[in-house]
Amino acid sequence: MKISLVGSATMDRAQPASLRAKAQAWLPRIVLAPSFVLVLIFVYGFNLWTFFLSFTNSKAFATTRLVGLANYQRLWDWTFASDPPSNWHTALVNMAVFGLLYVVLCLALGLLLAILLDQKIRGEGILRPIYLYPLALSFIVTGTAWKLFLDPRIGLEKAVHDWGWTSFHFDWVVTPSKMIYCVAIAGIWQSSGFVMAMFLAGLRGVDGEIIKAAQIDGASTFATYRRIIIPMMRPVFLSAIIILTHLAIKSYDLVLSVTGKNPGGAAELPSTFMYSFTFTRNQMAVGSTSAVIMLMTIAAIMVPYLYSELRQKRS
Amino acid sequence: MTSLDPAVAQREPTRHSTVTRVVIYGLLVLFAVVYILPLGVMVMTSLKPLDEVTGGNMFALPQALTFDPWVQAWSAARIGVSETAGIHGYFLNSIKMVVPAVLISTLLGALNGFVLTKWRFPGHNLVFGMMLFACFIPFQSIIIPMAVILGNLGTFGNHLRDLTGYSFGFGNPIVNLVLVHVVYGLGFTTLFFRNYYEVFPTELVKAAMVDGASFFQIFRRVMLPNSMPIVIVTVIYQFTNIWNDFLFGSTFAAGDSAPMTVALNNLVNTSTGIVEYNVNMAAAIIAAAPTLIVYIVAGRYFVRGLMAGAVKG
Amino acid sequence: MNQFRTMLLAGATAVAVAGASAGAFAEDLKEVQMLHWWTSGGEAAALAVLKDQMAKEGYAWKDVPVAGGGGEGAMTTLKAMVAAGNPPTASQILGYFALDYAEAGKLGDITSLAQKEGWDKVVPTALQKFTTTDGKWDAVPVNIHSVNWIWINKAVMEKIGGTEPKTFDDFIALLDKAKAAGVVPLALGGQPWQEATTFDSVVASTGGIDFYKKAFIDLDESALTSDTMKKAFDNLAKLRDYTDPNYAGRDWNLATAMVIKGDALVQVMGDWAKGEFRAANKEAGKDFLCYRFPGTDGDVIYNTDMFAMFDVSSDRKAAQLALADATMSPAFQSAFNVIKGSVPARMDVPDTDFDMCGKKGMADVKAANASGKFVGSLAQNYAQPPAVAAAYHDVVTKFFHGEIKTSDDAVKELAAALSAAK
Repeated sequence: MKISLVGSATMDRAQPASLRAKAQAWLPRIVLAPSFVLVLIFVYGFNLWTFFLSFTNSKAFATTRLVGLANYQRLWDWTFASDPPSNWHTALVNMAVFGLLYVVLCLALGLLLAILLDQKIRGEGILRPIYLYPLALSFIVTGTAWKLFLDPRIGLEKAVHDWGWTSFHFDWVVTPSKMIYCVAIAGIWQSSGFVMAMFLAGLRGVDGEIIKAAQIDGASTFATYRRIIIPMMRPVFLSAIIILTHLAIKSYDLVLSVTGKNPGGAAELPSTFMYSFTFTRNQMAVGSTSAVIMLMTIAAIMVPYLYSELRQKRS
Repeated sequence: MTSLDPAVAQREPTRHSTVTRVVIYGLLVLFAVVYILPLGVMVMTSLKPLDEVTGGNMFALPQALTFDPWVQAWSAARIGVSETAGIHGYFLNSIKMVVPAVLISTLLGALNGFVLTKWRFPGHNLVFGMMLFACFIPFQSIIIPMAVILGNLGTFGNHLRDLTGYSFGFGNPIVNLVLVHVVYGLGFTTLFFRNYYEVFPTELVKAAMVDGASFFQIFRRVMLPNSMPIVIVTVIYQFTNIWNDFLFGSTFAAGDSAPMTVALNNLVNTSTGIVEYNVNMAAAIIAAAPTLIVYIVAGRYFVRGLMAGAVKG
Repeated sequence: MNQFRTMLLAGATAVAVAGASAGAFAEDLKEVQMLHWWTSGGEAAALAVLKDQMAKEGYAWKDVPVAGGGGEGAMTTLKAMVAAGNPPTASQILGYFALDYAEAGKLGDITSLAQKEGWDKVVPTALQKFTTTDGKWDAVPVNIHSVNWIWINKAVMEKIGGTEPKTFDDFIALLDKAKAAGVVPLALGGQPWQEATTFDSVVASTGGIDFYKKAFIDLDESALTSDTMKKAFDNLAKLRDYTDPNYAGRDWNLATAMVIKGDALVQVMGDWAKGEFRAANKEAGKDFLCYRFPGTDGDVIYNTDMFAMFDVSSDRKAAQLALADATMSPAFQSAFNVIKGSVPARMDVPDTDFDMCGKKGMADVKAANASGKFVGSLAQNYAQPPAVAAAYHDVVTKFFHGEIKTSDDAVKELAAALSAAK
């Protein structure tokens, strides 16, 4: 008489616990299995392979000759003991700067735009696609467009000069120390609309009664947002942060198309570092080591976060 | 503090009055201009002859409007020495690759989400977490192992062809790309559907079970018909990501089967000769056209789909 | 209701359609599959000469282009194709990459053809290091580029009353004249490889070709940290003063365009720059002048484009041999290199079709090969393996963009980086 939901098959009293019922019990797991197995092989398996490679001496091709922690030692030195800063050090710093700017500003901008749009605006149907469309563009297209835009000779700086303001300078894209900010600008432009859509959906799902109750209590709009609505957006923050982090890590094409092949090594990111060491410099072991370090860093941030968020669901 | 004065309560809405409204609209329009500007520049650049681009102001309207760059990009620009000129052939390759990849990964994501939320088993959170973590894999590190596996699949396909006269797609570059994209899209599609089904009323499922419906019947009759919003979100997201991918396309399918992003890169990233900015921009817009159309047309459904619980819970 | 079925059907159909169009990826006999990164107009036109030649012999051409300056994207694709067991018939490749593949046993054997045609007599000895492994030929050189050239806009030169600079100091004087006349003296693209390529010439000019050999070919530590090397860095810094402020990140062909248009006087670049002049219908001697980098006349700091021949299945070997043969034919070598701006890889090709820069280049190659002044460019991956060359790029570009502040630091960094990358 037990109607249980959790995978057990004996729903209908009239049906005996047969083979068919047992199969039904296992069916969900069988359905999930292929995806899980694919992920195990192609994600975790490959990660293990990369981990293994980081202990070898692989150059152009994978070898199995082990060299212990030599590669990690090298990257350690490059992080802390090299002067002038090595490409790896620059890559790490840039990742932190870019990652932080990208995630934080996309969240802030997305949230701001969503809140603005949520104020019963006319013309939302036009405004919303305008904010959203940049994500439709590939990184190459975005980079190409922004490279043109930021180019001092034919882009924004020249346009402003033509309009009369001749002392305007916007040559960030050719200044090594500022290049990564240009990449950040292009990236934020591309992704903040998506975050806005996510927040907009979340805001629209907020129960109007709660807001009314707060207003009756005399809370200002600002306080209502700050104390009630934004905390309710926690799940949205989760999904947005996951997606933004993923995009930030993947931003290889964007960097190269905005900065034009990374002059001075100033716009190095771990993704470009990994790629160049594995494929261009034929130092696969070093590339794999950097990949492992990247992965561990992400895990260190993401795993506790995921754990805490998923845990809450259960309770 | 609590004021029961109706006059005050009524005044609240009007506090969103002219000044605030002006500020709100002002900000929105300002941002809209900033967002649309690069696209505007791209379109204008693609309609100018080359000397206007390099000599003139990028914000200026075209003096000598010309559609030649578009013609060039679509059908005349040389991409390598192949017979196919322009990017239109590669466009078709992209479509052949994207459609199956999106359909399959969405379907799998839906099934996974269903299992993870309505058929809980011990460890389901761990499994979900592990699949979620798959979103963060650095793609550069999977290229060589994946190439080896795809190569083996290709050899297998050759054996099949020798045996049966038909290779069942093993070893075909486009099929390879579909496989790769499905595998690496599973994390996201599962995330979206799982979140959506988490808040899906379980009573409906229970009721169907009582009626004696099987797993697939419940999926087909109860879940899917009510999943349209999230299906749209997932399809849009996957379509965009897979359509715009360059790394996998150039590594696993270079040549005649290359997707359109690779062709675009070959066109834009030339290392010699005059840079034809206008043709490059036209090609870039053509490359982005399908995703742009999808976003503009389906954008409203996108938000609705997100609202319906894609990102909650 | 039927969504599930429809979805499944659609998915299956799509896969079936894609599978049905499974092209004969590598099965045809009369087909050549070529991986390369010559995607722009001029380069593609040069490669089309080969394609037409193969078509005449009845071979279809399957093009696999992956654009990206030094071939980074193409090399990744190549690695994936080889890892998958599906190598192309041949691939454009740079020296050390070919050696890596040879070492891993991935290249084919065309020694029989090489012996028949006597290539070992007409290809410069230094190049054969890359085209042969243990005496077996496995690659063919398509051309010889050299990096120690300067390209000058003739009209601007006459306007400022300049003459051919024979030494580095002459060069600086010439640049000063240009600056005074209001043109950009030196057109440069601030990308690591361009700066490093320029530095190759500066080092050879400052210390002579023997110093270059000691420092870059032998990686002798005392040479790398010597005062001569410090002076070379100082000279590079001097050159930097003559560029325009927007040089960072500029592509090399845009810098050449500056010289073609007359906005700048001179560019230091390898002879692929000549292809740009040609594409703009400029004539050597009339519109532009080509000189060896001051102080390096008689030296040839080379790099070459090669086609590596991969170990393919037996039904593809005939096509591969035909490709190798066509590539090495004097007719092709002449036609291709006239368009591309380089000189033939065989020293016995008549120079009738070449312009004056080409003729000088060809003569220089023969002379340098005989006198031991034919050396590989470190910047262009022909003196050391890619890891060392990339480390070299790193140091030079950091110095150029100011992250390494003094020449003393630079030489220390250089020695350290190069030895660490070995």
